[in-house]
Amino acid sequence: MMNTKDIVYIALFAALMAGLGFVPAITIPSIGVPVTAQSLGIMLAGGILGAKRGALSIVLFLVLVAVGLPLLAGGRGGLGVFSGASGGFLLGWIAAAYAVGYIVEKYWNKLNIISAAGACILGGVVLLYAIGIPWVTVAASIPFMKALMGSLAFIPGDLIKAVFASAVIVAVKNQYPLISK
Amino acid sequence: MISLYYPATSPVHKLAAGIKVLLLLILGTVLFQVEQIEILVGVAVLVVSLYGVAKIPFKLAFGQLRPALYLLAIVFIAQIFISDLETAIFVVLRFAILILAASLVTLTTMMSDMIAALEKGLSLFQRWIPVAKVSLALSLTIRFIPVIGVITQEVREAQRVRGMERNLFAIFMPTIIRTLKMGTEIAEALDARSFDAEDEISTGKSKK
Amino acid sequence: MITLQSVNVGFNGRPVLEDVSLQLQEQRVGVIGLNGSGKSTFARLLNGLQLPDAGAVSVDGFDSRKDGRKVRRRVGFVFQNPDNQIVYPTVREDMSFGLKNLKYPKQDIEQRIEKALSLYGIDHLADRLTHQLSGGEKQLVALVGVLIMQPEYIVLDEPTTLLDLRNKRRLMSIVRELGQRIIMITHDLDLLSEFDRVLCFHDGKLLADGTPEIVIEKYLNTCDK
Repeated sequence: MMNTKDIVYIALFAALMAGLGFVPAITIPSIGVPVTAQSLGIMLAGGILGAKRGALSIVLFLVLVAVGLPLLAGGRGGLGVFSGASGGFLLGWIAAAYAVGYIVEKYWNKLNIISAAGACILGGVVLLYAIGIPWVTVAASIPFMKALMGSLAFIPGDLIKAVFASAVIVAVKNQYPLISK
Repeated sequence: MISLYYPATSPVHKLAAGIKVLLLLILGTVLFQVEQIEILVGVAVLVVSLYGVAKIPFKLAFGQLRPALYLLAIVFIAQIFISDLETAIFVVLRFAILILAASLVTLTTMMSDMIAALEKGLSLFQRWIPVAKVSLALSLTIRFIPVIGVITQEVREAQRVRGMERNLFAIFMPTIIRTLKMGTEIAEALDARSFDAEDEISTGKSKK
Repeated sequence: MITLQSVNVGFNGRPVLEDVSLQLQEQRVGVIGLNGSGKSTFARLLNGLQLPDAGAVSVDGFDSRKDGRKVRRRVGFVFQNPDNQIVYPTVREDMSFGLKNLKYPKQDIEQRIEKALSLYGIDHLADRLTHQLSGGEKQLVALVGVLIMQPEYIVLDEPTTLLDLRNKRRLMSIVRELGQRIIMITHDLDLLSEFDRVLCFHDGKLLADGTPEIVIEKYLNTCDK
């Protein structure tokens, strides 16, 4: 059941997601693809708050984006961002946060950087693309393989983010654990 | 908090938020059933003229499309190679209409009206969704976005003094820990003002 | 009347408060002590934010463990940092938060807010964004947000720590006028001279209890070495 603290953590993490939107995107020189801090926030939400609260904080964040706050990286917001070709990735964030949280909860007692990174990669990269790419395929009538190839450029950046996120998740677990198992 | 709302008096602005969102959902569903490009062009003209009715300057209207232009260009080129020019125009036009229509709703509706409409919509499902909690969570998030901004700034400055402003880990960790600690105090303050999270559920159950 | 009966509180196996028994019925009670002396825990016991591990706390006959909600309704709480206690984006909305929780009808809420804002001289802040208020304004808003719920007692946990001299005076002049019973935790010893009673905690125990002069002297002799 959700108590007052759960509601507060969900709200604060949604606010943190918004804060990450103001962090300028870092372009990784070797591949030339911009990496935004917000997709890092997805992994952190699940990994720090756990599956349910993590996913709900992303839902809350996206609701605020939908009602017109320009909180996505680059100052984007409003209902328009969901009707574009990348709308699937935004909705995929919810499932991704849930999956990362679910795996982290499973391994909670023996959580280390390896298992946390595994959770971030499976939930925050593999599952996210598994939802985002078919969406692009259908919405833009592009064959699946082409959409997949087009997304590959982002993978190296995502992997770096997953490793970084897992280090943060493990460190927060040691200092201020919020998942009780 | 800066919202994307563009203040003006127009019939589009006056229309209830809930109805605008509903119309948008219908449009989104219908557009994917349409196969003739003539109808699409007609809808596009209609949406653009609604921008005129809403007195939204051209620059601002175009600005709604700009973030999506890059992706739309990729889709356009890909479609030319995969199928033909007509399909490419068709697909890109469909996206443009959806984005413009959705942005029109956002530009002409105040955030507080949008949230009120959302809460009204949710209250239809109040047996499953704790509406008061959702609305508190929404307000808390809006309230604490600037607070977290200040925390991040303070952490950055503290790390700059130590020459660690480029160390992302040294910025993320203190920001997150301070945010979580703040959460404990906020929860206490909520309860001190008689917000009983558990109670709402129990009264909700007794209503049945 | 607030009554504590042999109250014990521990944290991670360490005692934070040991065997505290007392009755509070004075108009203004001050609480002093070093950091970590247990005075903050004491404050949180009074409105049920903290429950005793052993012993009991009761407010006007209501036990904080059994009747938590009634206790919280009677005892308002003002925290040190107003930033963590103002929970809505605008002042007006934040005022309505407590009243909504007490299930007042909507029209009643609006009237009460107008009345309270003008009574405490902050009507001009009504539609301001809480984030943009100054530190002193925030503390006032936090205090009025509690007063508007009309508690019988008000616990203030170091309310002046983050304020400058002028805002401290302004806050204290409002506190002095309040009809409610006040329990104020503070490091500002000079604020307590007019108080009816002062408690001093040291290492989780009640070190001294009495008039301001006597207790403050004992506090300085014991702790300021």
